[in-house]
Amino acid sequence: MSRHVVCPAAELPPGARKVVVVDGREIGVFNVEGRLHALLNRCPHGGAAICSGVVTGLSQSSGPGDYRLERRGEFLRCPWHGWEFDMATGQSWCDPRRTRVRSFEVKLEAGSDLVMGPYVAERYQVTVEDAYIVVDL
Amino acid sequence: MKMPFAGAIDCDLHPPMPSMAQLLPYVDDYWRDQITNRAIDRMSFAMMSYPPNAPISARADWRAPNTARSDLDTLRAHVLDAFDLRFGIANVMHGAIALHNDDMAAAICRAVNDWLRAEWLDREPRLCGSILVSPQDPAQAVAEIERLASDPRFVQVLLPVMGEKLLGRREFFPLYEAAERHGLVIAVHAGSTYRYAPTIVGWPSYQFEDYVAQAQAFANQTISLVAEGVFRRFPRLKVVMLESGVSWLPMTVWRTDKTWRGARPEVPWVDRWPSEIIREHLRLSVQPFDAADATAVAQTLDRIGSDEMLLFSTDYPHWQFDGDDVLPDGLPPDSLRKILIDNALATYPRLAQGAAAGAVELAREDVR
Repeated sequence: MSRHVVCPAAELPPGARKVVVVDGREIGVFNVEGRLHALLNRCPHGGAAICSGVVTGLSQSSGPGDYRLERRGEFLRCPWHGWEFDMATGQSWCDPRRTRVRSFEVKLEAGSDLVMGPYVAERYQVTVEDAYIVVDL
Repeated sequence: MKMPFAGAIDCDLHPPMPSMAQLLPYVDDYWRDQITNRAIDRMSFAMMSYPPNAPISARADWRAPNTARSDLDTLRAHVLDAFDLRFGIANVMHGAIALHNDDMAAAICRAVNDWLRAEWLDREPRLCGSILVSPQDPAQAVAEIERLASDPRFVQVLLPVMGEKLLGRREFFPLYEAAERHGLVIAVHAGSTYRYAPTIVGWPSYQFEDYVAQAQAFANQTISLVAEGVFRRFPRLKVVMLESGVSWLPMTVWRTDKTWRGARPEVPWVDRWPSEIIREHLRLSVQPFDAADATAVAQTLDRIGSDEMLLFSTDYPHWQFDGDDVLPDGLPPDSLRKILIDNALATYPRLAQGAAAGAVELAREDVR
């Protein structure tokens, strides 16, 4: 396991996403209302760049004609075929056991902690004053 | 394949279609006046899907009239005794369901049901019946279900596969509510009221095309029932497809599952795999089984992934098999008991009750 600084926190405010390349892998990093998610940018179904898909909630119902959108911001819908994935786990909602997008640990870390440890800053000069987004591979 | 043992349950057999003259005693004075004075009693009301003289509509050796015995004795000899059946469910797909006059349709459906009860069910304890209703008027259809539901010999409600609307639509929910509440199955039988062309791209020229196209209608109805959430709303409801063929099912189920994964938010009440819902709630009769040979039959069953969806039927007197080869070759030997008996008992609560009580006879006494 290796830890990678992917960007300063200021580059990923709530509502933002960016696709970064870490160790040759494309990874989408999302800030959904302060919650951070990191997912491999590849849908397990057809290989689409899934991290360009819509971030949305889960349509739920108690029966015909009843519609509710729940868990807003927790699901990523693939742009090709509309399959829905739980961003926290990478699991497909329809088929959670067999179909999942690879997901990674992602955290906000203070620069003062980062300069001390064995971290890899992909493209950034880490300074003590800032906070950074760090992905575990 | 011949019948391997006695006691099977035939989920689709057809008594001869009653003539209007036979039904007249079962309509009230108003409708008797209308039917006779408008010469409606001269019409056969045969469904166009089943031209009486088409070879498929009746096997040659079952067609020959035998004036020495009654229609009931003929049915006993050809089916009930010939295959040593325990129960047979009699389905009368009368052309009244194609009438645009909702009230006349309902009156004739009532007559057909009362005729079936008096002329067949009262005289032969092995026979059970279907409640024929005209689905285009759901309120009258529900009233007819309520009228007959207290008679345990009626085990299902009979609808044509091609009526005016897809069967998942909410206007039919009162029918399903009544059926579920009374422990009745919804039976969907081949046949069209010809409100629309029987192919989705227009009118065919030949009965040959019409016959082949029926399978598409069964696939459409299956998808509609799932997509509209009928089984979410009525979790104890079973739908039996009669004379549907079988080979369309695995392909339809696969496409429905696959599409659901992406289209799910549009129908959020479909909250689990359509294949699971279909396996739980849908049943198909085995005559005709549209597969080429024993290998194809076995493969089809394997692709369905369950031997609990198939119900035995003869489809008497339609010409689906010769001699006494009443079952398609290729059904797994271990599944025969399920297909011939157990699946029907699990599908039809009223048959199970009848079987548990030892006889439908007993229940009949309560109704009188």
